[in-house]
Amino acid sequence: MGSTTSELPSQRTPLTAAAETGLKIVVVGGFGVGKTTLVRSVSEIRPLNTEEVMTQAGAGIDETAGVERKTTTTVAFDFGRISLNDRMVLYLFGAPGQERFWFLWDRLFAGTLGAVVLVDTRRMEDCWYAIDRLEHHGTPFVVAVNRFDGDEKRFSLDEVRQALALGEHVPMIECDARVRASGKEVLIALVDHLYTRALAKESTA
Amino acid sequence: MRKPVDLGDPDRLYMVTGGRSEADASLDLVTLIVSECEPSPGMQSEHVRILELCRHPTAVVEIAAELKLPITVVRILLGDLCALGKVSARHPRAAASVAGLPETALLQEVLHGLHNL
Ligand SMILES: Nc1nc2c(ncn2[C@@H]2O[C@H](COP(=O)(O)OP(=O)(O)OP(=O)(O)O)[C@@H](O)[C@H]2O)c(=O)[nH]1
Ligand SMILES: [Mg+2]
Repeated sequence: MGSTTSELPSQRTPLTAAAETGLKIVVVGGFGVGKTTLVRSVSEIRPLNTEEVMTQAGAGIDETAGVERKTTTTVAFDFGRISLNDRMVLYLFGAPGQERFWFLWDRLFAGTLGAVVLVDTRRMEDCWYAIDRLEHHGTPFVVAVNRFDGDEKRFSLDEVRQALALGEHVPMIECDARVRASGKEVLIALVDHLYTRALAKESTA
Repeated sequence: MRKPVDLGDPDRLYMVTGGRSEADASLDLVTLIVSECEPSPGMQSEHVRILELCRHPTAVVEIAAELKLPITVVRILLGDLCALGKVSARHPRAAASVAGLPETALLQEVLHGLHNL
């Protein structure tokens, strides 16, 4: 993997004919925090890259023409895939947490099961915005602290929870995004969390 | 001049979509698309690519990545093919259920799949 230069679709294993249900989980976090690495470590395909475009009314008014200026923004994101069984396939999206991306959240990620917020403790502030937006959208999430070798302080999970002002209900987990077993644990932590929430909802319904 | 599809490479995308900008909003990123026929002579090349790719179920987002086109443009193309009956769409779970499964049962299946990774 990785060394092949061929981009033929035949390099990818297709889904089985019975595949019928696509599911999504989104990995968000600051630049270089390990989103693509995490997606790659658990994906059955080499992560693919794609983009969406957005046309937005610009801030300024075009003075000569007197018409509102529009700007076109392109946001790129990558994704991987996990076949859960013959019928269900989970897509994992690595999404940059920056501001312009959130304009497209509903168009791209409506109906997502939940999100993983990936944190580098040397740059914790990079994920504040993402956490704020997820809470705003009501998207359930877990926080995964990606441990980098050069991180001397190694804040504990409790310290990170405090720094991010995370409520007790938000699960936290340490990971090494490069390691498949570790990435898998992160996804399981998220889905466990979703399951607990769903169970609580069903029992009160 | 503004083109109806105001995107990265306007001319190419204008051609690809026939100048329309209304994407089919019912097509989710993870809607699985399946070909219902083989490409026929004279079809536009993007349609041919899609029909070839979707001999096996293929998610909208994978089609976009393969064709190297923005999601919006792919939704437009797929909307056309759907309307012509040339492809069919397997939509993702509705808000809370798949085939009547409660949310917890769905999540249990997901967990099971992940544990087996
Ligand atoms: N030591 C260590 N390095 C990591 C870890 N995760 C990622 N890296 C490295 O960090 C760099 C950035 O990782 P990416 O996965 O590209 O990060 P990203 O969040 O996708 O980055 P952008 O898409 O550019 O925002 C790469 O060189 C990875 O090899 C980790 O857990 N430990
Ligand atoms: Mg990346």
